[in-house]
Amino acid sequence: MSRAALLLTGLLAVALVFPWLAGGYALSVGTLILYFAYTSQSWNVMMGFAGQLSLGHALYVGIGAYAAGALFYHFGIGPWAGLPLAVALAALAGVVIACLAFRFGVSGVYFALLTIAFAEFTRIGFDHVSWTGGPGGMFLKVEQRDSIDLVHLRGPPALYYYVMLALTAGALALCSRLLGSRAGYYWRAIRENEEAAQALGINVFRWKVLAMAISAGMTAISGVFFAFYNNSLFPEQVFNTGRSIEIVLGSVIGGVGTLFGPIFGAAVFTLLSEGATEALRAVGWEIPGSKGVVYGVVLLLVIVFLPQGIWPPLARRLGIR
Amino acid sequence: MSFDLVANVAISGILTGLVYGLMALGLSVIFGVVRVVNFAHGQMMSVAMYAAALLFARFELDPFLAVAPVAVAFFVLGYALQAGLINRFITRPEHSQFLLLVAVGLILVNGLLMAFGPDARSVQVDYQLESFEFGDILIDKARAYAAGLAIVTALLLGGFFRFTWTGVAIRACADNYFAARVVGLHVRRLYALTFGLGAVCVAVAGCALTLLVDVTPSLGPHYTLLAFVIVIVGGLGSMIGALLGGVLIGVSEAVGGLLISPSAKSMLSFGLLIVVLLLRPQGLFGRRS
Repeated sequence: MSRAALLLTGLLAVALVFPWLAGGYALSVGTLILYFAYTSQSWNVMMGFAGQLSLGHALYVGIGAYAAGALFYHFGIGPWAGLPLAVALAALAGVVIACLAFRFGVSGVYFALLTIAFAEFTRIGFDHVSWTGGPGGMFLKVEQRDSIDLVHLRGPPALYYYVMLALTAGALALCSRLLGSRAGYYWRAIRENEEAAQALGINVFRWKVLAMAISAGMTAISGVFFAFYNNSLFPEQVFNTGRSIEIVLGSVIGGVGTLFGPIFGAAVFTLLSEGATEALRAVGWEIPGSKGVVYGVVLLLVIVFLPQGIWPPLARRLGIR
Repeated sequence: MSFDLVANVAISGILTGLVYGLMALGLSVIFGVVRVVNFAHGQMMSVAMYAAALLFARFELDPFLAVAPVAVAFFVLGYALQAGLINRFITRPEHSQFLLLVAVGLILVNGLLMAFGPDARSVQVDYQLESFEFGDILIDKARAYAAGLAIVTALLLGGFFRFTWTGVAIRACADNYFAARVVGLHVRRLYALTFGLGAVCVAVAGCALTLLVDVTPSLGPHYTLLAFVIVIVGGLGSMIGALLGGVLIGVSEAVGGLLISPSAKSMLSFGLLIVVLLLRPQGLFGRRS
């Protein structure tokens, strides 16, 4: 067994027994870590693999959340039926944005700004859609909390934890497959040198659009989860640029373009920010904004001192390639 | 809806737009020279707004007088930020520079939230309620003074880049980084100077803006995005484009807020940003590079 497989098995074992050992708060932190790990892994397909910086991924979380949420709210249709719709809609939005951007040659910083613009545009748009509650928000009915109802994704907190764990494991497996596939090699060629990739005969446009579609579709799944975990959706909270930045943090802190980076990064910044908030609360300093300052400081330190992220040097030390 | 009402709103939009334009001018100068996109721009401006509001609350200092100390402080801070932090990132990939400033912005906005709480602060001076009258057209005195200050600052900056040796040297760095080094310019120091000047634009615009809007920590990200919209619509790196873009966005937000709905007015700006990015990425007033 290779060291990577050993590490993975160990992590998975710890993650599986975690709900039995943890209290309510620790379980919610664990769920949060997995949520960020999953969304950041999805974002990583776009930036880490294909080299396109998106700072508007909250858009796809929001599309997924609102699509599945609205189906449940208006027609009582459960999340499993809403899931394909959510993924399809988000992937479609991703394809439209990517086609527009890449057809018109928008790249780099301009592409990042374009993704922000689309997310903000949609956020303000949703403020004016009364069918989804507008700025006042949409609230999903919470009925049974103790018995497990997988069909409607209703149950105790541990259920949500395991759903998120399965999603994170699935995303890891998918990304690992993608990296080894033809698409993965093409994407990395495009990331390293787009002109050279094109000169080699790679249809750069098509593969970049595909990366966006996959990334957006994956992200939408976390949106469906978000809707049924929080049971309330507000445009301001879901589509906010701050949400997009949170999605980016895991990968950037852990290591852009790596498979384990997003997971480690999400764990590090969630634990640090929760820990700092708890420590401040313990000394009676419950101040709004402290979590954001911790995010900022961690991001700053990592970007200045560990530009590759924390995972690559850690992997070298552990002897994992 | 009467013509007078629309004209009044449009003029007020032009004046506010000039202040926005000065803020965006700072972003444009920094990007044009240092080639770094300042994602903490609006957050820096909300810090300047807090500085002006606090100086007023503590010493009853008029924001137009507070401009001087705040601008000096911002020049020093901007210089230090570029010299100490951003200069290390010049050769790093674009996304890494971008995220560095995202981190600075996160720290600023949440630092303000921690220090001053989420409540709005405002500045009250006598002339805020007075106005100049031209027939049916009323112009707020505070708004007119703020716009005047923005124009004067922009002219001074333009003159600096046009007529001083240092200004010409900075433009040389912007034109060709490598050649500027070959002829012996201290590029990193000039970059720091440029970031300092960009921060001065932010400081002046922030002080002027405290007379027009109440300041809260959450304004920062909003103004960052607004500055991006203005600068891209006007053309990144173009000084006159930034001012004209500011006026355009100021008017479209004011008139859009009147004719459509106040909450939808930012949609106009973001819609414009998307269209300009796709169809005319050099900006409405920029030259194709």
